[in-house]
Amino acid sequence: MIFTLFSAPFVSGLLSFVIKRDKVRRALLAFTALAHLLLVSLVSSGPQTVSGWIGADALSQLFLFITSLLFLASSIYTIGYLSSHSQSESQDKRFSREAGFTGCLILFLSMMTLAIISQHISLFWVAIEATTLLSAPLICFQSSARSLEASWKYLLICSVGIAIALIGNIAMAVTCSFGEALKTFPMTFNELARHADLLQKDWLKIAFVFMLIGYGTKMGLAPMHTWLPDAHSESPSSVSALLSGALLNCAFLGILRTNIILNKAGLGDFSAKLLIFFGAASLLMASWFIVQQKDFKRLLAYSSIEHMGILAVAAGAGVNTYFGGMLHAVNHSLTKGMLFMVAGNILNIYKTKSSSDVRGLIRRAPLTGFLWIAGFLSICGVPPFGTFVSEITILTGLGRQHQWLILSLMLASLGVIFVGMSRIVIFMVYGESPLSDEEKGGQRIDYWTILPPLSLFVMILILGLWIPAPLKGLLDQATMILRGY
Amino acid sequence: MMDQVLIAIVLLISIYMLGSSRLGGLVNAVAWQGLFLCLLAASVQKTNMPWHEWVLILLAIVVKALILPLLLKRALRETLVQREVEPQLGYSLSLFIGLLLLVGSIWTVWKLPLPPEIGNPMAVAIALFTLMVGLLLIVARTKAITQTIGYLTMENGIYVLGLTLAVGSPVVIEMGILLDVFVGVLVMGIMIFNINREFDHINTRHFTALKD
Repeated sequence: MIFTLFSAPFVSGLLSFVIKRDKVRRALLAFTALAHLLLVSLVSSGPQTVSGWIGADALSQLFLFITSLLFLASSIYTIGYLSSHSQSESQDKRFSREAGFTGCLILFLSMMTLAIISQHISLFWVAIEATTLLSAPLICFQSSARSLEASWKYLLICSVGIAIALIGNIAMAVTCSFGEALKTFPMTFNELARHADLLQKDWLKIAFVFMLIGYGTKMGLAPMHTWLPDAHSESPSSVSALLSGALLNCAFLGILRTNIILNKAGLGDFSAKLLIFFGAASLLMASWFIVQQKDFKRLLAYSSIEHMGILAVAAGAGVNTYFGGMLHAVNHSLTKGMLFMVAGNILNIYKTKSSSDVRGLIRRAPLTGFLWIAGFLSICGVPPFGTFVSEITILTGLGRQHQWLILSLMLASLGVIFVGMSRIVIFMVYGESPLSDEEKGGQRIDYWTILPPLSLFVMILILGLWIPAPLKGLLDQATMILRGY
Repeated sequence: MMDQVLIAIVLLISIYMLGSSRLGGLVNAVAWQGLFLCLLAASVQKTNMPWHEWVLILLAIVVKALILPLLLKRALRETLVQREVEPQLGYSLSLFIGLLLLVGSIWTVWKLPLPPEIGNPMAVAIALFTLMVGLLLIVARTKAITQTIGYLTMENGIYVLGLTLAVGSPVVIEMGILLDVFVGVLVMGIMIFNINREFDHINTRHFTALKD
């Protein structure tokens, strides 16, 4: 059962490399996304005990749901994107770019799934590195000079980062080579956490530092974030949505699971300090660059760095912020996925990424304009959206832990980012349109590209008002795992 | 005795890589380095290795010392670059930093509490040094292909670090790691072709369109 979760998309991804007809391939993409969501629901209704290298505990299930939902939305959006962008391509080419794109996209889903459900530290590493390799071709789909530059940076920086995480894995294995009792058990996150007090402490610290820096590079924590704005702004919008909403979470999961081991070994203070340091650095870096941003897709990318910073702080601050952190991961992914798709629609209307050239969006494309401003309010944590609930939960948790310094720093950055973003977004939506009247009218609504962000919007609105009982249960169980029960 | 000789050879190769501007020579160097590092890792094992580990080492040699260097050679031919001109850091400066890195690696290994069954701590130090040299090549050079060579060097170092610290993963996962490295260099190679076609060069110094 659990094996089909990543092997089914793997097979279907390989299939789409060889399918010649565009329509069939697109149908396969949508079908795979639907089937994956179905499989995820089936797996999470099953038993939760995890043994062996692969298994879906509550933490995995939570991240699986986020990834699968976002992939479904993004694949429908992709179908709209592909059918409006690829008319010019000749049909008789032996290997079309679109086939490569769709194939890599589905394989990317398969490897993200494998990363989320892998319990073995090295298997997790293999899956995360595979996601880098599969998503690099996605970023340069448009094959412009800028997108090539972005994907070279992405490939090189993330590969080096993940190589550093591999050193962390080796160090983690060395922690077990100091006692005879430890030599036999498999290197899974669970087993390591169970025997945490027997592990060699110095090597455990080394392992955590390397894994935090390695997976932190992939997660986009400052100062290792430099690839992120380029990759997110240059890739097709459905890919940006997946990178930001799903991929960053996968890397975060590795850090979370390692942090559990550290907590169990009594080194919780050490890991907390590091997590909070990188989280705070990301918050500061993001607020600095958001205020002076002129490109609206880069704006969203820096906002992702901000939210990864919040997640790192929530993971580091301790027991009271875990629940808020997990809820925030859900909210951020759904909101950011929606925002990137809307940004893609804006880009499609105005043909520019410069926010100062986009004016009067609400008159030119009312629904897109509405979603853009609603998404902005949601990502800044304004009620009644889900992010408000999760950010308040994290902030009160920080207060209960007496982490006043980081609490005030987070509040200040959230304020700065709200002001910085609102200045840009409000002018984009309500500003005077430079275009003449005949250019304004006649925007045909493309349902393929407007329905996915619209449905994500409905979800984050619901999450702000009420957390459904199954999700609440999943969040509670995930919090228990993070606390080490 | 055998491992002392191998350590010296690997050290010389790494130093050569830091001082060389000829890309063809660099590719040859990374191939020999892969071969000798794998031999070193095999020679420092105290206990008898099970047969599947021998197969893995053999496979690693084939990939790292044969297939990937051939691929890089081909990329060199297609993109018509011969030399790394105007590196980010000069060659003598790179060599000097390399020397400091060597001292740093030995000092680190000397300070660390090593597991009891490690054969030769110098082998661990040399693996660490190779890794550092790879990182240095990535930051100090500007040609995309040199950065790829740097990445491969770094992975060589990490692979041997794992082997000398005697922390083998299960075979399937070792294969997965090797496959990732292989595909990684492959994708980088393909991208080098694309970059060369789009920009007429593969110098990442001119990657300046994206910044804040």
